[in-house]
Amino acid sequence: MSTSIHVELWQVAASLALVAVAAAISFWQRADLERDILVATGRSIVQLTLVGYAIKLIFDVDSIWLVLLLLAVMVFFGAITARHRAAKVPDSFGPLLTALALAGAGTLGLVVALGIFDPTPRYLIPVGGMVIGNSMTASAVALNRLGDEMADARARIEATLALGATAREAAAPTVRRSLRSGMIALIDSTKTTGLIFFPGTMVGMLLAGASPTDAVRLQLILLYTLLGSVSISALTATLLAYRHFFTPAAQLREL
Amino acid sequence: MLFELREVGLDRGGRAVLDSFSASVPEGSTAIVGPSGVGKSTLLRLLNRLADPDRGEIVYRGRPIATYEPLALRREVALVPQLPALLEGTVESNLRYAAELAEEELAVEATLARAGLDPSFAERDVDRLSVGEQQRAMLARALAQRPAVLLLDEPTSALDHAARDRIEAALAELRREQEVSIVLVSHDPEQARRLGDQVLEMPA
Repeated sequence: MSTSIHVELWQVAASLALVAVAAAISFWQRADLERDILVATGRSIVQLTLVGYAIKLIFDVDSIWLVLLLLAVMVFFGAITARHRAAKVPDSFGPLLTALALAGAGTLGLVVALGIFDPTPRYLIPVGGMVIGNSMTASAVALNRLGDEMADARARIEATLALGATAREAAAPTVRRSLRSGMIALIDSTKTTGLIFFPGTMVGMLLAGASPTDAVRLQLILLYTLLGSVSISALTATLLAYRHFFTPAAQLREL
Repeated sequence: MLFELREVGLDRGGRAVLDSFSASVPEGSTAIVGPSGVGKSTLLRLLNRLADPDRGEIVYRGRPIATYEPLALRREVALVPQLPALLEGTVESNLRYAAELAEEELAVEATLARAGLDPSFAERDVDRLSVGEQQRAMLARALAQRPAVLLLDEPTSALDHAARDRIEAALAELRREQEVSIVLVSHDPEQARRLGDQVLEMPA
C-alpha cells in the first residue's frame, strides 16, 4: 500500500480561489461569514501545518511512546471539546475522557492484535486520529441527547424511582435512546457509503495513486474500526454520565 | 404512628420550600391540605425518600426514615405523583413492571378493579388513555406492589368532575378495605374531608 505523490505549494495556494468564492458568496448574500471564513482558512493552514510537522517528527523519531503521548493529547482535547456539546450533563468531562480513552485504546489495541495494522506511527496516528475524532462526535451527540432526555423525562423517571426501581432501571429507556442517537449517524453513513458520498480515506488513496482495490479494502477496515470505537465511546459515556443525574440514594439531583 | 415529622425543612435553589414543619400522621387515611406552594408535594416526596430533608427528622413506624433502604421503602410506601407518568406500553405491562420490582404476584383484574378500572384496560396502550384513566392506571400500578402506604399527590387536580368522582370512589373503597394507609395531599378542603379520617393543615 505504499504510494506517494508530491503536492506543490502553488497548488495549495491556487485552491484558495475556492475560499475566495465562498467569501464572495457570503459578502454578496450578506451572510456575514467572511470573517469566519478567513479565520477558518487561517486556522486550517496553521493547525494542519503544525500537525504535519509534528507527524513528520514522530515518524522520524519512530517512538511508540511519542505516539501514545500524541493520542493522549487528542483524547484530552476531544473530551474538552465534547463537553461543550454535553452542557446539560453535570460533570461530563470524566465520562467523556474515559469514553474516548477506552474507545481509542480498545479499537487500536484490537486492530493491532488482529494483525490488521502494524504498531507503527504511520498507522497508529492517522487511524487513532479518526477513531478519537469519531468517538468524540458520537459521545458528544449521545450525551447531548442524554441531557435533553433527562430533562424531558424527569417526571417519568421520578415516577419509576417511586416504584423502587434503581437509578439504572429508571434511566434505562433514556440511556438506550441516547446510545442510539450517538451511534446512528455513523451506521447510516456506513449504509450509504459509496452511493451518496465517497469516504475520505478512499478519496485520499485514489488521489495518491493507490489501486481502487486497496483503497476500498482499507476504507472498509476503517469503517468497521470506527463502528467499533463509536459504539464503545457512546456506551461508556452514557453509562458513566447518567449516574451524575442521581444521588447515591437513587434520587434525582436538583439541577 | 405512621409518620412523625419533627421540624422538617428542605431548601431548593437557596429558598426554603418547607420550613420547620412538624406533624404526626396516624395509620388510616390522612388528608393534608394547604394553599399551593406551601410544600405539600415536597412533603410527600420526603415520605418515600425521593428527596431527603436538609433539616429535622422524619420517623416512619418508629424508625428514622433515613435508616430505611430507599428502594425497599419506596415499594412499601408508594407515591402516585400529581401528573401521570406511565412507562411506554400497555396498562398491564406497567402493572407487571411494578409488581416484579416489588416481587409480588400480580392479579391483573383485581388490581385494576381496586383502582376503578375494568378488565378491558389491561391491554390498552397508555398513550391512548385520557388523563383521568392514566391517573387510575398510576393508582393501579402503585397497588400492584401491594404497598403498606399510599402517598397521593393531588390525585384529581387535572381531572373533570366525572373523572374525579371515579378516582374518589376508588379511594373511598381502598379506605374501607383498610389494608393500606393513605396520605393524600389536596388543595381542596372539601375533598380532604371526604377522603381523610383526619385532616392536617399546612400553614401558608
